[in-house]
Amino acid sequence: MSPPWKARPWWRERGAGRIWARLAAALVVTLLFLFPVYWLFATAFKTPEEVFASPPVWYPSDINFETFWVLVRDGDVDAVWNSLVTAGVSTVIAMFLGTIAAYSLARFRTGGDNLAIWIISQRMIPPIAIVFPVFLLFAIIGWVDTYIGLIALYTAFNLPYVIWMMRGYIEDVPLELEESALVDGLTRWQTLLKVVFPMVRTGLFATTVFTFIFAWNEFIFALVLTRTDVLTFPVQVTHFFGQQQTFWAKIGAMSILGTLPVFFTVAMAQRFLVRGISMGAIKG
Amino acid sequence: MSRISAHTGAAARLAEPSPVGVLADRYFRYLIVWPAILVLLLIGLFPLVYSAIVSFQKINRRVEDTSFHGLLNYGRLVGDDRFWESLLHTGIFTAIALPLELVLGFLLAKLMLDRLPGRQVFIALLLLPAVISPIVAGAMWRLMFDNIFGPINQVLGWIAGGPVNILWTINDNPVVVYSAILVCEIWQWTPFMFLILLAALANVDRSQLEAAELDGASYWQTLSKVILPAIKPVVIVALTIRGLDLVRLFDIVWALTRGGPGTMTETVSVYAYIRGFERFDVSFTAALAFVVIVLLSLIVMAMLKRLEIAR
Repeated sequence: MSPPWKARPWWRERGAGRIWARLAAALVVTLLFLFPVYWLFATAFKTPEEVFASPPVWYPSDINFETFWVLVRDGDVDAVWNSLVTAGVSTVIAMFLGTIAAYSLARFRTGGDNLAIWIISQRMIPPIAIVFPVFLLFAIIGWVDTYIGLIALYTAFNLPYVIWMMRGYIEDVPLELEESALVDGLTRWQTLLKVVFPMVRTGLFATTVFTFIFAWNEFIFALVLTRTDVLTFPVQVTHFFGQQQTFWAKIGAMSILGTLPVFFTVAMAQRFLVRGISMGAIKG
Repeated sequence: MSRISAHTGAAARLAEPSPVGVLADRYFRYLIVWPAILVLLLIGLFPLVYSAIVSFQKINRRVEDTSFHGLLNYGRLVGDDRFWESLLHTGIFTAIALPLELVLGFLLAKLMLDRLPGRQVFIALLLLPAVISPIVAGAMWRLMFDNIFGPINQVLGWIAGGPVNILWTINDNPVVVYSAILVCEIWQWTPFMFLILLAALANVDRSQLEAAELDGASYWQTLSKVILPAIKPVVIVALTIRGLDLVRLFDIVWALTRGGPGTMTETVSVYAYIRGFERFDVSFTAALAFVVIVLLSLIVMAMLKRLEIAR
């Protein structure tokens, strides 16, 4: 290792050729992976003639926001709002209920390993098998096409993930702080909210991000349980596939609205998120 | 900083004394766990019980007969070719996509593991497919594969030196249609494998790698004797998560082909949706849902116990 004041840029080190080769390979792979996204997103800015040109046009002649205005005018953007409400509210409820339950599982071994395994196995059941009976139930109690129906289902579906992840994070926190907080006279709820929650805040953050994304991107539940009032954005996207014609520009614009906010959040916070993706298999 | 916990034995965990002393409180520990359990019963117990009940009745678009019909619907399910075919299609998708995602993700992780300028930017950009809604991913590839407006046929035309007109998503050649769906699936989830494997590879003990190098181990020996055993627990967890996702494959098939042309790409989930919500075969679909819930619950619980990722 050369001392920092003699540090050379990487392209002048020994073995720079290999680094160049890796860089080139990484660039090619990344461009290949991003090209479809570019293509769909670019469609949103094309004029109708460009969208339906054959052979296709590779880039819009002008950045054209017409399609977005059409979505606003027709009220199709309401779907983004509906997604925000259902995903947001269900995430908050699932995070709270899940974290306190995870605390009980982690600290008191409530239910032992069998309860923990039962909980996470609920997450693995195919949504189609769950949504069918739930639809019949919701039809009876009038919860189809309502916020509360979708929020209840998303909360239930995401709870196993929250409990599973938060249990892992809480187990990593040393006990001493909670014990001294209790000795100092804090109530159990105060200990939980003021001592435990702050200690696992990165875990809370990462789990919240994933829980939100699962609900935000979810399709089958929303397809079955919404009609007109609470359509979420993935369902709205499928409505642009018409019998006669597919509205590619609208699909592109809607996809931009539904994807970019989530992507930027994740890209900013990526180093906290690997554990969440691997369901705790890798601790970070 | 990081460690792999996937193989910490459940038995070892149980042997630990539960934290007693000031923390122990019989009332509080149940108070905070019950709300979650009650909500979970909505998806855990209710669908199972309700599906079981309805599956013994005879409810469809024309009849609503709630008397006991025994195993009528289960018999129909066993004798239903379309159900078995949908199982086969699901199996084909899983068997092809899972190994390809693993290998591509591994190669990508190897590429980004060593010195690479701007690595964080590459990783952030490669996250994009994994956070896109599967429905959007399906729509995206439907446009890419569109026989008139899509760039894929255009590029193939440049290579072939003449116009190419492949009807990717409505072709009656299964190889073509399956390729289109698999490209979408692999495009979306290879980055997931990549990210997990990158973290696992970064956690491999450096001293072991150096020892192998000192002993004059070849590249393949190091890979098979040091690296692969070290990342195995993580690989198994990743394969389990992705495998269970693939078994319930619905969204991208729905966006790309809706199970078509005909029933060529129907997965179990797509078939269940069509029977339940387009044809209103309530009791039949309930039987299907019941079988799927019971089978998958048993498989998942057995797997989790064996993997001991339950900790």
